[in-house]
Amino acid sequence: MADFLLEIGLEEIPARMIAGAEAELGRKVSELLTRERLLGVDGVVTSYSTPRRLAVRVQGLANAQPDTLDEMTGPSWKIAFPGGVAGPAAIAFAKKAGVEVAALQKIVNAKGEYVGAKVERKGRAAAELLAAELANEVLSLYWAKNMYWRPGKPERFVRPVRWLVALLDSSVIPLEIAGIAAGNLSRGHRILHGEGPVTIAAPGEYLAAMRAVFVEPEVAARRHTIRKALDHVTRAISETPGARWREDEELVETVVHLTEWPTVLYGSFEREYLALPEEVLVTVMRDHQKYFAVEDARGKLAPHFLTVLNTQVDERGRAIIRHGNERVLRSRFKDAQFFWETDQKIPLVDRVEMLKAVTFQKELGSYYWKTNGNVSAVSWLVRTLEEKGFAIFDREAVFSAARLAKTDLTTELVKEFTELQGIVGGLYARSQGLSESVAAAIYSQYLPASTEDAIPATIEGQLLGLADRIHTIVTMFGIGNAPTGSKDPFALRRAGNAIVKILAESELPLTVEDVFKALESSANLRTDVAFFLTDRVAFYLKDVRGFGSDVVKAVTAAGLYDVRDAVARAEALTAVRGSEDFVAISAAFKRMKNILRQAQEKGEVLASGPLAEAALKQPEELRLLRESTALAEKVAGLRAARNYGVALEAIATLRPAVDAFFEAVMVMAPEPELRAARLALIQSVLDGFSGIADFSEIVVA
Amino acid sequence: MSSIPSSSGVLTPSPHIPLTFQELLFRLQKFWADRGCVLQQGYDVEVGAGTMSPETFLRVLGPKPYRVGYAQPSRRPADGRYGENPNRLFKHTQFQLILKPPPVNVQELYLESLTAIGIDLARHDLKFEEDNWEWPAGGAWGVGWQVMLDGLEITQFTYFQQCGGLDLDPMCAELTYGLERIAAFLQDVNSIYDIVWARDPETGAVATYGEVRLQEEVQFSVYNFEFADVARLWEHFQSYEAEAQALLEQANALLKDESADAAAKRRFPLLAVYELALKCSNLFNLLDARGAVSVTERVGVIGRIRALAVGVAKAYAVQQASV
Repeated sequence: MADFLLEIGLEEIPARMIAGAEAELGRKVSELLTRERLLGVDGVVTSYSTPRRLAVRVQGLANAQPDTLDEMTGPSWKIAFPGGVAGPAAIAFAKKAGVEVAALQKIVNAKGEYVGAKVERKGRAAAELLAAELANEVLSLYWAKNMYWRPGKPERFVRPVRWLVALLDSSVIPLEIAGIAAGNLSRGHRILHGEGPVTIAAPGEYLAAMRAVFVEPEVAARRHTIRKALDHVTRAISETPGARWREDEELVETVVHLTEWPTVLYGSFEREYLALPEEVLVTVMRDHQKYFAVEDARGKLAPHFLTVLNTQVDERGRAIIRHGNERVLRSRFKDAQFFWETDQKIPLVDRVEMLKAVTFQKELGSYYWKTNGNVSAVSWLVRTLEEKGFAIFDREAVFSAARLAKTDLTTELVKEFTELQGIVGGLYARSQGLSESVAAAIYSQYLPASTEDAIPATIEGQLLGLADRIHTIVTMFGIGNAPTGSKDPFALRRAGNAIVKILAESELPLTVEDVFKALESSANLRTDVAFFLTDRVAFYLKDVRGFGSDVVKAVTAAGLYDVRDAVARAEALTAVRGSEDFVAISAAFKRMKNILRQAQEKGEVLASGPLAEAALKQPEELRLLRESTALAEKVAGLRAARNYGVALEAIATLRPAVDAFFEAVMVMAPEPELRAARLALIQSVLDGFSGIADFSEIVVA
Repeated sequence: MSSIPSSSGVLTPSPHIPLTFQELLFRLQKFWADRGCVLQQGYDVEVGAGTMSPETFLRVLGPKPYRVGYAQPSRRPADGRYGENPNRLFKHTQFQLILKPPPVNVQELYLESLTAIGIDLARHDLKFEEDNWEWPAGGAWGVGWQVMLDGLEITQFTYFQQCGGLDLDPMCAELTYGLERIAAFLQDVNSIYDIVWARDPETGAVATYGEVRLQEEVQFSVYNFEFADVARLWEHFQSYEAEAQALLEQANALLKDESADAAAKRRFPLLAVYELALKCSNLFNLLDARGAVSVTERVGVIGRIRALAVGVAKAYAVQQASV
């Protein structure tokens, strides 16, 4: 058994790409070795990464592929050995297989007797195989953005490859990637170790050798170090006893991938900046400076921050670095403060005109244009709600919020911190004395930004969110920007998901149809948008709420426009789908549907008119007619009351009648009239119970 | 790719007295001159960034190796703040470096250049964080990093991949040092205007950045935001554009003509056409600062500048290949 190590030394890889690349490299190496029969069940593949390296170590690697014995089948025995003596065909086959003629054997299979040869194949040595295959595996890693650097552009990779370590035990594997020959020399931390090479004597010494030169290759170890250090340093902030750092998993991951040897330092800022909105302070610290925010024992933001360094310094160094970071943060806060004050000299209401200079979409128009579109979408939604007798919201506030929603795009603060759009508008609205309903609606207009986010808390915010997004979707579809396949450059699916989530999780009595009718559009466009949104509802049911694909399909057949209703039907269906009677009923419905489909293909006609007066005469069919008619009425009532669980249980009680029917009755009777009547009967059974879901879609486990 | 020897006779900086603004520039110039760079002056036409100087924009095209460094005053009319904001300027200074092709140890050399300007890396936190660069109007882009020193972005480090819509082969490294930021950092001042620009070695008297440049910041903010005559700016724009277009058409016809005289091709003034394109770009920025470019116009005007800049780049590449 051998031990293998590959380390690809790079110029700093973008932090966001490292975790994916490390996992992919581990997977590729593992798959290669498994495919090539070099990795047994006891083999262990471990991957590592830092900003400057991707590495993978394999323990328990076979030194060579096992030799194999292949059985080759040749010509028919009779032809190869005419009269029991080896003829030309036998000699040619032996030559081809690389064995003596005497070693040929007779194989008997279903087709007759054939010549066979057992051929031993030597396995390739691991070193040879790795030398031949590794470069392709490495160079085929996926990168969200890559570059070329060598003249002639022979390869593209995330950043230039600068060194390569490839070891099988203590031997270098002769291998070249992007013009760099493999060796046993790695590099340490840029500053703490310097440029000198670091010899890796054997794969087993990799971790120790790296740690000796201030590089921690294990991502989990760096994460642990950072979290511990954040805790430890926060406890040491004597000015704020009981301080805690704001948990921020995403930021932890970022700094894990920005460092080879992380340490943590805290800094402070002047208390006066705490007068700025917390959202602004945290965005500056987190998004712009990659600092962790600190809060006091009561959960209020404290005037400190934590920064994760990619180095380890002495006390004087700490003072210098702290001072530098404080200086940067102070100037950023000062900017924010300046923007906060100057922006307010022009209140939001006076900024609507200024939106004419902000492009929404070049083929469509400005945000002024969009604002008008949003306002008309809002009026439609408000009118629809009023028609439905729903009036528990502040009508004026919705319109006011819609008119002002985009004005923060003209503020310096949003130009500087684009991720705060909406939030800044809400904060300015509040500070400029607009009503809380208006401020809250503007503040939360971009919620939910993802499927995990909550929807806006207020009805006014929900309406603004719906109007803004449907306007974007309809107008973008109108100029041919609908998403296709994996391409969705304008994030319209996300906008669609937000509409669905708001409809599903709010109290608004609005359907998907109410929403997509909020804007004038051609019939074709409306159909496209309706289809697109229905698809988003199905996505919501399946991927956000976790309903089974078959349940979603079944519910879809009965309509998805009323999202909360679709959720209720999916829940009810999921609850009963396991019961024996229900399984039987869905199987029977599937059978009915098949019969009807086949009948339709044959051009059969269904009887029309009241069924009882038709040709039905067998007791089982009369019973089915009677029971299903009575039940359909009851189910319709339950459905109207949205009592889907009880309705589905009721439908399951039809099972004995259905079973008896199929037991005794042949639907496709020879007499045309009878056949037509029976087809009509099962059609009516299906129709009577499909308002909740199409049960024939349910997949029985 | 070769590696430039790193040892050279740069003076060890004094840890106590930080470099003045001009010393900072001297040090960087000396450092890179010692490593084989041509030192150029900043380009004498208004540009928004060092990249737009022909020393970068045109020199990166074609196969010929080149190494150059220059301090480029970079104008961004809309960024002016009448000298009232301590961190923002209408015109800042980029020390721009082009290494074509980049040596394999380009990052290490860069770190040494920081040591050369008095930064003791053992007592600072340095990170290369992903930051890709793009100038759509120039058909130019690259991948790279912003170099963060103690949380401050001090340099933009880009591997240039395309320019004028053309793939670069060899590609080159572009290092852009933000001189005002670095000087304010070294001198630990909170306002750019407090940076010591020069210090009289005899008397110790200092000239500050504010003394040298504040008036310019104020007056140009006033001009850019209040006085610049919009109608005339458009006139200038159209006039420069028309001349550039006409010349570009001639250039393309000439360069395509196989029977044309090689010397005539060589002497065709594409560099002058490029200046005309730069004029248009600056005029557009002024119009933008005046709020005179409407939404519908904006994209179109950028497209016109792009047509000129990319047009010159393509013609220039052909012209160089024919030499």
